Amino acid sequence: MPLLAVEGLVKHFPLGGPGEWLDRVRGHAPKAVRAVDGVSFAVEPGETLGLVGESGCGKSTVARLILRLVDPTGGHVRFGDVNLTALAGEPLRRQRRNLQMVFQDPTASLNPRLSVRRAVEEPLRRHSTLRAAERRERAAQVLARVGLERELLDRYPHELSGGQRQRVNIARAIVTEPRFVVLDEPTSSLDVSLRAKAILLLAELRATLGMSYLFISHDLATVKYLAGRVAVMYLGTIVEEASTAELFRQPRHPYTKALLSAVPVPDPTVQRERLVLRGEVPSPIDIPAGCRLRGRCPLAQPVCAEPVTLREVAPRHRVACHLA
Amino acid sequence: MTDLLEVRDLTVHFDTEAGLVEAVDGVTFNVRSGEILGVVGESGSGKSVTALALLRLIRPPGRIVQGAVVFEGTDLVGLSEDEMRAVRGTRIAMVFQSPRTALNPVLTVGRQISRLFELHQGASRAEGRTRTIGMLKLVGISEPERRARQYAHQLSGGMCQRVMIAMALATSPRLLLADEPTTGLDVSIAAQILELLRDLGRRTGASILLITHDLGVVAEVCDRVAVMHAGQIVEVGAVRAIFARPLHPYTQALVRSIPRIDRDVTMEPIPGIVPSLLAPPPGCRYADRCPRVLDVCRRDRPAPRAAAPDHEVACHAAEVEDAPARG
Repeated sequence: MPLLAVEGLVKHFPLGGPGEWLDRVRGHAPKAVRAVDGVSFAVEPGETLGLVGESGCGKSTVARLILRLVDPTGGHVRFGDVNLTALAGEPLRRQRRNLQMVFQDPTASLNPRLSVRRAVEEPLRRHSTLRAAERRERAAQVLARVGLERELLDRYPHELSGGQRQRVNIARAIVTEPRFVVLDEPTSSLDVSLRAKAILLLAELRATLGMSYLFISHDLATVKYLAGRVAVMYLGTIVEEASTAELFRQPRHPYTKALLSAVPVPDPTVQRERLVLRGEVPSPIDIPAGCRLRGRCPLAQPVCAEPVTLREVAPRHRVACHLA
Repeated sequence: MTDLLEVRDLTVHFDTEAGLVEAVDGVTFNVRSGEILGVVGESGSGKSVTALALLRLIRPPGRIVQGAVVFEGTDLVGLSEDEMRAVRGTRIAMVFQSPRTALNPVLTVGRQISRLFELHQGASRAEGRTRTIGMLKLVGISEPERRARQYAHQLSGGMCQRVMIAMALATSPRLLLADEPTTGLDVSIAAQILELLRDLGRRTGASILLITHDLGVVAEVCDRVAVMHAGQIVEVGAVRAIFARPLHPYTQALVRSIPRIDRDVTMEPIPGIVPSLLAPPPGCRYADRCPRVLDVCRRDRPAPRAAAPDHEVACHAAEVEDAPARG
């Protein structure tokens, strides 16, 4: 049984205002930002799924939906045999001990008035029965584990560097020994050398603590290092999902191909074939019918106006493209 | 003469409360006509300060302590503020990292470009408008007439960066300084912007100084590259030469520290942290992070040595036949 299963997840943010009222009066469905528009995937125990896509594709909304930081418009999130979507209040909060998240902005996600030690102890106050002295000890252990020196424990976020702050965030997420951690672009605000350190730390923690990750990123090279499987999102849906090795070796969807060919490669002798998409991502309010990439895809055919769903093209390799 | 810009021994200090910060220390490089020179390094290596110093945009407590910035045969460091203003924006233009904040939020983007033609070239308002549409087309903006009437907040990040590039190129500068022009943009949009810069460089013959932390960007678009560490250039030369055989231990560490999609290699973080530039020790500033450090490294600052034609390295430990360095 998968550790986490997401089934037909939908999140529409209504636009509100007079436009919505007019739409209702005229009898059509009110317009909404269709941020997540039918997403399904599963993460096995110990596995890391990379969720990649460009700004606005809905990947961060998926993260927030999994942790129920926002409520879905439709679909389910199952964690083990628990349907998280059906929970509320105390039972939901109890589950969060096992489901944690590291946010993208390491500064904004720390309370400036809590010391490093307090920030990391905070989840233990909520989720454990440890006494104060035990909590202190446990926080110190976890901070050592993420590579922060003891003398930093009583510092405040503004006294730390960006890399150190992100380590505090990681420590806070793993202090309750969760089984599943959502990492939302944990390295995108870090400098090159710090990025490498953070990726290696996350890989090591996963190996020693036996966690599963949902690793959200727009940086394909980083995903390649950390994820065993990758799902590519475009405009609220998954367009391709495969093992990392297969996706990088043999991408099937034009969007995946375009993303991969756009990543600059640090080797001036490499000559690559580029697949260039036209223009920019359409608004998630007016999503084109049929294949969502149709207007930008250099390979588009008349058939692409027909609706397209994910289908298996090879074992455990799913693609949503008429032409793949 | 093939050098459009020659920077010699440029040194920028900031007088802070904590002490003197030696942000840029004896930087020497040149930019040839029509080439793209990449400047690469970690945050805090002095890349952006170098670019601002070229335009004499260093504000107190910072100041250019010494050095020369010879552009088209004139040393910009010696110019008066009025003379400098005639260079900025017309002969040398700059594209900043966050295009949305660099654009004026209360003027339409068309008006912002059009004003450049009116101010710098005495164009009439109608003429400015026509040429603005031409510039927006040049940088690949669709529906330029409609976009010209919009404000920065109505455009996507990639589109804002295109507008910034249009503004920078409006006065046909000979040198374009681009400070992390694709940071914060999505990969596919970043690729479009880099392609645009390379193409425009070719078409207009302008040279580009491209500041980036991404070696991939350097490999894809630059002709030559200068690697900066802690305010100093440690290695400079042709991109192909440096990627084929990086000589400075810092360049080697930088190459090994990046995750790559093109091959399966292990990734090793650069050891140590960028040293404080508050009263840095004499000697080599990489010494404390360097696996090949020698006694001499902590004593003497390494001078640049020529390793090959168009490849110089400033390292005591690098294996280079001792040929006298240029300049």
